[in-house]
This record gives sequence, C-alpha cells and structure tokens, in this order.
Amino acid sequence: MDSQSIATTPEELDRSVLPHAHEHPAFLRHHFEDVGQQREAASFGMWVFLLTEVMFFGGLFCAYLIFRNWYHPAFVAGSNTLDITLGTTNTAVLICSSFTMAMAVYSAEIRRRGQLILFLVLTIVLGSAFLGIKAVEYHQKYVDHHIPGLDFSIQEFVHPSNPKAIPLAPDMAEKTQLYFFLYFAMTGMHALHMIIGIALLFIMVARASKGAYTEGHVIPVENFGLYWHFVDIVWIFLFPLLYLISRYR
Amino acid sequence: MSTIVSLPDQATAKLPAKSFLNQEYGLKSWLLTGDHKRIAILYLISISFFFVIGGVLAGLIRLELLTPPSDLMATDTYNKVFSMHGIIMIFLFLVPSVPATIGNFLIPLMVGARDLAFPKINLLSWYLYVAGGIFVLSAMVLGGVDTGWTFTTPLSTHYLNTHVVTAAMGIFLAGFSSIFTGLNFIVTVHRMRCPGMTWFRLPLFVWGHYATSIIMILGTPVLAITLVLVALERTMSIGVFDPTKGGDPLLFQHLFWFYSHPAVYIMILPGMAVISEVISTFSRKRVFGYTAVAFSSVAIAVFGFLVWEHHMFIMGVSQYSALVFSLMTMLVAVPSAIKIFNWSMTLYKGSITFETPMLYAFGFLGLFTIGGLTGIFLATLGMDIHLTETYFIVAHFHFVMVGGMLMAYLAGVHFWWPKMTGRMYPEAISKTAAVITFIGFIVTFFPQFLLGYLGMPRRYAAYPADFQVLNVFSTAGASILGIGYLLPMLYLPWSLIYGKIAGNNPWQATGLEWQIQSPPLTENFAEIPIMDHEAYDYEWLANKTQHEVQTVG
Repeated sequence: MDSQSIATTPEELDRSVLPHAHEHPAFLRHHFEDVGQQREAASFGMWVFLLTEVMFFGGLFCAYLIFRNWYHPAFVAGSNTLDITLGTTNTAVLICSSFTMAMAVYSAEIRRRGQLILFLVLTIVLGSAFLGIKAVEYHQKYVDHHIPGLDFSIQEFVHPSNPKAIPLAPDMAEKTQLYFFLYFAMTGMHALHMIIGIALLFIMVARASKGAYTEGHVIPVENFGLYWHFVDIVWIFLFPLLYLISRYR
Repeated sequence: MSTIVSLPDQATAKLPAKSFLNQEYGLKSWLLTGDHKRIAILYLISISFFFVIGGVLAGLIRLELLTPPSDLMATDTYNKVFSMHGIIMIFLFLVPSVPATIGNFLIPLMVGARDLAFPKINLLSWYLYVAGGIFVLSAMVLGGVDTGWTFTTPLSTHYLNTHVVTAAMGIFLAGFSSIFTGLNFIVTVHRMRCPGMTWFRLPLFVWGHYATSIIMILGTPVLAITLVLVALERTMSIGVFDPTKGGDPLLFQHLFWFYSHPAVYIMILPGMAVISEVISTFSRKRVFGYTAVAFSSVAIAVFGFLVWEHHMFIMGVSQYSALVFSLMTMLVAVPSAIKIFNWSMTLYKGSITFETPMLYAFGFLGLFTIGGLTGIFLATLGMDIHLTETYFIVAHFHFVMVGGMLMAYLAGVHFWWPKMTGRMYPEAISKTAAVITFIGFIVTFFPQFLLGYLGMPRRYAAYPADFQVLNVFSTAGASILGIGYLLPMLYLPWSLIYGKIAGNNPWQATGLEWQIQSPPLTENFAEIPIMDHEAYDYEWLANKTQHEVQTVG
C-alpha cells in the first residue's frame, strides 16, 4: 500500500482492520502491529523507567558522596556500628532472590507453569527474608539510639565501647546523624522498592496460577525481572558504601 | 490578503460519522479511556483550569504593584500569591502545556501509530497530574505557601510555618506525571514508527518532543528526591540541608536546579517544536536545515543539563566552576540561535500567509529572541551580580516562558484545533486576539527590564515611588494581556458548535496527521500508513491532492 491510499472512512476501516484482527494472540494489545513490536516496546519502556530510577537514587548518592568527603571520620564511625554479618547475609539472600527471579523468567519462557509459580514464591520468600533481616537491623539502631530525630545519642562515638574504635570530637560525632540519616533514607528507599516488588510478585503468582504467563506472554515476568535485578543492583552499591567504610574488624 | 485555507463546501460538509469524539459517550468513557487523543483533551481542560487560577494570581500581583506601598494585600499574603502563581504556572501549566496536550494528541499521528506505546500509563499520568493539582490547590486553600516556587532551604525547611509539604507532594506527583509522559513519548518514537518513517523523516515536532522527553525522564526524578528530602527535613528535622547539623543548603540548590534549569527547556523545546510546523506550513517551504534544527533540539537538551549553576552565581559557589558554567550557558545560545536563523531562512522567499497560528509564531520569534538574548546578559558573571534577583530576571524568563512558550502553545492550539475538533476557530477575532496578546505582552514585560536594570528587586510587595511609572505601564499591559488570553477561552468553545467544518486538511499541510479525517478515528489510521516521502514535502502533497477526490463527510 502506498501512502496515497490511506483509508480515511470507517467503511474502509472495517474492511481493512477487522478481518485479520482474529489472527493475533489475545494478549496483543490493539495499538501494536505484532507481538514483536509489543515486546520490544515494553522492554524498552522498562529500561527507560529504570533510567529514571537511577536518577532518583542518584540524588541520594550525590548527597552521600559530598557528606562522606566532608565528614569522613563520622562516616567511618557510623559505618562500623552496622552489623556486618547481617549485612553480608542480606547481600547473599538478595543475590539468591535474583537467581530465583531469573529462573522464574526462564520457566515462563519454556512455558512450565508449576516451575514458574515455584520460583516466584521462592523470590517472595527470599525478598521477605531480606526485609525481615533489615527490620532486625533497624531495631538494633533503635535500641542503640542511632536513629536521627528519635532520641539520637552520640555517646557511642565520643566514648566508644569498642577499644579498637577511634573516639570522635563531639562536633564530628554530631555529624554521624547525617550518616545515619543517609543510611535510613537509602536503605529505606531501597526497602520501599522491595515492598512494592513483593506486592507485585503476589499479584503475579495469582495470575500465573491461572496460566497467564506460560502461553507465550512473557513480557510482564521479564520486565518485573528487570525491576527486581535493578533493586538488587542498588543494594550491591549500598552495601559497600554503607557497611564497608574502613572496617576495623 | 491571500490565504491557503481550503475548507470544504460548507453547505454540504458534515463532521465525519465516526470519530474518537463520538465513538463512545458518557463520563466513564472519558475517565477510563486509553485513547491518547481523549487524554490530550482531558489534559487540555485541566491545564486551562490551572492557567486561569495562575493568571488570576498574576493579575493580583500586578494590581498590588500598581502603587508603591503594599496596600492591596499584606506582605505575607503577597509572598503567598507570587509563590502560588509560580508553582501553578510552572508545574501545572507550562511543563505539561504543549507535551501533554498537543504532543499527546499528535505524536502517535505523526509517527503513524495507533496510540502511544503505553495507553494505561498515559491515563495514569493524567490522574497523577490531577492528584498533584489537588494537593497544590489544597495547600493554597488551607493557607498557602510562601517559599517562592524554588522552595529555597533553609527558608522552606526551618523558617516558614506554611503548607510546604502539601505543595511539595503536589509537585512530586505532577513530576511523576511528566516522567510518564516522557517515557511514553520516547518509547513511541523509538518503537512505534510506521514503515518508511525513518528518524530523518520525522516532523520536527517529534524531534522537539523527543528532546523534551529526555529531560523529563532524566531531570524530574532528581527533583522528586530533592522534594522528598525537604519534606523529611521539615517533618523529621533531618539535617541534609541544615548547616547547623552539618548539612549544606547549597546542596539543595544544586539538586533543585539540576532539574529546574533543564525544566525551562521542558517548557520551551515543545514550543519550538510547534513553531517549526507552523512556519513551514504557512511559508509553504520545507524547514531550512532540517537536520540542524532536529539536532539543535537534542543539543539544547544535553547542554541544558550542564548549566544549572548559573542560578547560583551569587550563592558562594567556586569562582572557577562559575566560569565554566558561564561558558556552558553561553553555549546553549548556539543551538537556540540555529533554530531562530533556520526559521528565518525558512521564511525567506517562502509564500507566507498570515493565518492566526502564524501570527502567534511571529510573536514567538521576536519575543523568544529578546528573552534569549537577555539570557546572555545573565550568563555573564559580572552582569549577573547586578541583575540577578531583580525584575530583569523576571522580565527575561517571562519573555521566554510567556512570550515564547505561551505564544507557541496558542499557535499550536489554533493550528491543530481543526484537527482536534473538526471545526475552524473564527478567523477575524482570533487574529485580533493574537495581536492584542503581543501588544499586551510587550507593554507588561518590557518595562520590567528597565525596572530590573534600575535595581527594583523581585518578590517584594512594596517599592520606592521612583519606580511607579514603569510599574503602572506593566500593570496596564497586564490587563491588555488578560483580554488577549480571555478571547480564545471564549471563541474556542464557541467554535465547537458554530465553527466552520474544517475538513481533513484546511492548511494543506504535509504531516501524516493532516491526511486523515478530522477529528480522527479512535484507531487514528484505518490502515497503518507507509511513509514514502520526506517531511514537509509540498510537492508530494500537491501531487497527492491533484489525483484525490474530496470525500469529506
């Protein structure tokens, strides 16, 4: 067809569009020409969205870099009060959840419903385990009075209980508040993304059990996989930046 | 005066039997629509609503400044009025103005697609906009915000007891609405182009919106996280921007302007996109230097991210970085000038006709050039110290935003009104409105350059009596300008019922959107078109219409 014969009236539309409308799979949305275009658009859209997420976290990382340079001793002291064992465990848990998520995408592609549901549920379990461990760590900070704005105490930094820690002058010790605020803001924003992810996983399990993604319509699982891996990668940056500043242990 | 308008015979012409406007009826069919054209209309109505509110606030500002003392309103009320004027006009009118209405309507039509890539996200974007608008309105009704639109810390975090968090939430939501618009445009331009529609056959309108979308998706998230930090600082007294706790108020400025400077290009690039289409159509010529104009849009978007510190020259930033940012700022003038010169060259030896959109476009050319050149003054380090925070700055950005973008927006609304509604606006009165707007604008804002140069600071309710003459000029101009904006709001709705039937292509323009019926079908194209010619190919159009039997109605 050349462009000089663009159909402009409904009669031509009915002739040209409706007859082959039934040849497409049910999940193809009306405004896409074919499944390939739909898949490419969805996947590209997801990458663009993740780009905005990078910029969103970027503001916090920028603040982190500046204050870490200015108040390095306070950031070291703050970092050393974090529980490295729980942090490392959490890193491992999250990497495992990325593996199960990748397996879920693979299962959807080879159209095995049972396997898909299994891996989605495993991802939920691992994601929740991460949040559980994170809650334990947050609680520890609460007990230690290390939550800015909530009865924050610099006692531990001026007179450290650990003999290996270097005591800070009170005005530098005050700056640990900035470290802990950034710790809570960054891990909190990360945890919020995890919570949204787990909520989406529940919806996907429900839809997968009705056979939604194993009939060739893999896009939603694939895109969610991208999101989940992105959240994982954010943590891969957060872990060394927050937990591993000049560890003395 | 000659005209290129060709309307069907009004005695027999009818609107198309089936179109996106009458496909379905009822409020629900609009509120739950996935059709980009209907969402564009929803946006058009909602941004007009906020434009009226912002405009009334502007009127109040000008009334207060009619006399030297602060007599119409108390000074803190004045602070709230200009803050709300800025917040509403920038975040709820200018940022979504062309992209979310005209862009939303046209980009799928121009690339030859049935819809944007993600219709549901497009609808979500409108709901987020409305939610953001409700937050901003409630901040206003509950007692207002007086931070200025810039939310400067520590003023916004420590010293004010107004509804900062509510307004910030509103902007946060409106920001996500613009992120989703940008995301949709980028994916649509990349993945939904019809066969034969190569990148360099895209209308320049699409290039302009593509560049805008890059800024929307990269800049807006930074504003979002900055506003979250301001809200956290207010509610939980965290110290990121608080120097008494080791934080840095300058960091707020960096993060805020990292978005808000590129945001001024969100507010002008879509306007430039409209101007390219209008000037080409009413000069009957391909846009001169198509490739240069296309790339200059992208260049403005890229350079736009590297100049933010010029808002902070007087805030104690390093002099060496100020030098670099001053140079970068002047470099932005290059792609802007490329556009202006190329448009002028398009006019050169063109068959120019003076339809209403073209009048607005001429207004744009003159006013944007003045606005842009005064930007060079402000990019110059020494000059900036004298002029910043005065009315010179106010005049500068109003020349670009109002004289530039608003003129372009009105040009676009008039230009595509027949496509959107199927009917023409009334010709004589709309030309009058365009001229009134131009005169009103000049009278309002030109005196402000002088006021600023003489040293009148912005954001004060009172001023020395020496400045009164120029302020009276400005206020008088504002009332003329008000009439200029009121007229389209009256005659455009009027034309929905009484306007002449426009037919498919009243301007004899070349874009794909003009080759289909007006208003278009819900599916846009009965069959996906195949693009076999360059953009703005008037010979192709002449050839096509020569062999075509008119079948309107």
